[in-house]
Amino acid sequence: MDFITIVQILDSTIRLAVPLLLACLAGLFSERAGIFDIGLEGKMLAAAFMSGAVAYTTGQVWIGLLAGIGASLLLSGIHGLASITFRGNQLISGVAINFLAAGLSVVIAQDWFGQGGRTPNISGDARFNGITLPGADAIESTPFIGPIYEELLSGHTIIVYIAFLTVPLTWWILFKTRFGLRLRAVGENPAAVDTAGVSVVGLRYAAVGICGILTGLAGAYLATALQAGFVKDMTAGRGFIALAALIFAKWRPWYALSACLLFGFLQAVALRFQNIDLGLVELPVQFMDALPYILTVIILAGFVGKAIPPRAGGQPYVKER
Amino acid sequence: MTFMPKLLGTAAALALSAGAALADPALIFDLGGKFDKSFNESAYNGAQRWVEETGGSYNEVELQSDAQREQALRRFAENGNDPIVMAGFSFMTPLAEVAPDYPDTTFVIIDGVVEAPNVKSIIFSEHEGSYLVGMLAGMASETGTVGFVGGMDIPLIRKFACGYAEGVLAANPDATVIANMTGTTPAAWNDPVRGSELTLAQIGQGADVVFAAAGGTGLGVLQTAADEGIYSIGVDANQNYLHPGSVLTSMLKRVDNAVYDAFMAGDEIETGLAMLGVAEDGVGAAIDEHNQDLITDEMQAALDEARAGIEAGEIEVHDYTSDESCPSVSF
Repeated sequence: MDFITIVQILDSTIRLAVPLLLACLAGLFSERAGIFDIGLEGKMLAAAFMSGAVAYTTGQVWIGLLAGIGASLLLSGIHGLASITFRGNQLISGVAINFLAAGLSVVIAQDWFGQGGRTPNISGDARFNGITLPGADAIESTPFIGPIYEELLSGHTIIVYIAFLTVPLTWWILFKTRFGLRLRAVGENPAAVDTAGVSVVGLRYAAVGICGILTGLAGAYLATALQAGFVKDMTAGRGFIALAALIFAKWRPWYALSACLLFGFLQAVALRFQNIDLGLVELPVQFMDALPYILTVIILAGFVGKAIPPRAGGQPYVKER
Repeated sequence: MTFMPKLLGTAAALALSAGAALADPALIFDLGGKFDKSFNESAYNGAQRWVEETGGSYNEVELQSDAQREQALRRFAENGNDPIVMAGFSFMTPLAEVAPDYPDTTFVIIDGVVEAPNVKSIIFSEHEGSYLVGMLAGMASETGTVGFVGGMDIPLIRKFACGYAEGVLAANPDATVIANMTGTTPAAWNDPVRGSELTLAQIGQGADVVFAAAGGTGLGVLQTAADEGIYSIGVDANQNYLHPGSVLTSMLKRVDNAVYDAFMAGDEIETGLAMLGVAEDGVGAAIDEHNQDLITDEMQAALDEARAGIEAGEIEVHDYTSDESCPSVSF
């Protein structure tokens, strides 16, 4: 395996990790506030559809992005309404959102464009194009550093850079601000927060809202940056892998980054080498695909460290019992 | 009990009127939906051509879930539709159950084989069509490396890959064929992002022509090929128009012809197994105004020659499904 192959695999890792990372951080905000969210997949899908459809209609990818975030926020609102205001079961609400998004996106796309539940191809301004970092072309021929800078760091779309900046931002919000402290507290012990005179409902809605914005970004990245339009079910289970990454990361932002990069790396390796020959045994590609889930199960089973979810997660807050 | 004869009489009259009603044909689309730009749309186009030419009408249904297959079949059979055409190998099990219950109705299944006296099974020789586009790929490639991106890893898709690899090697014996499958679950048909990454990985290994036989995933492959400035090859329907100048050709599978012929034959249909290959014009390589600049005279000549060779039986393309192995490419 030569150097350029490694760089290409890492480049692929970044592209594959970004939707996972955004969805994972979205889940992080929501679950840290005590709202389990298995509807990440559905929200991403809805955002992918809306961003693709609106970007095509208006010809402006930024309007598409806003529309995608809007769609995802709407579903977040439904999830919040069901699980915070009406104290419903968060898992059921999440499942419902997944079904709703999978069905509605195709139905609306068919009605809108008549192309079999997908949006027409977008191009030019209607799509996020790669950004060439300053000096990337000049440095390209330099050995070692050149390919790393030119292939790996430069040439990604703006959402990739936003996604990586979101990690320190998330850490700062959660662990260095008053809002973050309260948000974490509401996921551990909402009664204490309530006693302190802070609105549990307000905090939880804020968390769910942030979750909506981030899944919106993830969906828009799929439809308008990686691809040029929406295809039905295009999220293909990424929302669930992000949930696995969230558990793997033990609900911490920096760990989330490494978990998503690891999962992305495993996918990239699986895509590049179908079967890996280790001399004695040959690893089939299916094993590589399953590895993220296997790792998550190992973590959950407590073999490596311990994954403790926020204590009040999944429970609707009731003031008086 | 006096009303009983009346009831029976009404039922008989209803049955008579149902029988007397014109035996309209029926068409059942698979889960991909009528406008999938591919397999089902091709079936739809065939039915539309029949409508335009004969002025007849037909019944159709787009399935929403697997559970509806048997229900749709029974409903059309009860309705007196004849023949009932269904597109997709997934109908094999439900049809095998339903067909004996309606011996007077003729069923036509595309892409699957059901052994029953009133069923016509239509199978396409995808390996022959893939061989043709593989030849074009082998000739168009400058690096000598070409790629294949399959959808779900099933024997049918390996049949595509194997025929393609044989075609590539026939055009350029030194060529390298990289074959990748998107996944092992049905999600592999609708994951354009993965399709893109696979294409980029193949480009990284030197591929400059990529054949996508992967449903919705293929749209990602074609898109990436266009973005990166290499050639791609579409599948099932003619996808040349999606990215003119980048889509080298499309491996046509004339599902439309199969549906059209079945509708035309009406109840005269010949049951049994039908293989549609190059000789029957069932599969082929699409040349139209979107890609004619990419196909050189030399390529066209080679294509015609290969087509004639397959028709005459001089060229025998290996069929993966015959022995579950492929001499030309490893998966």
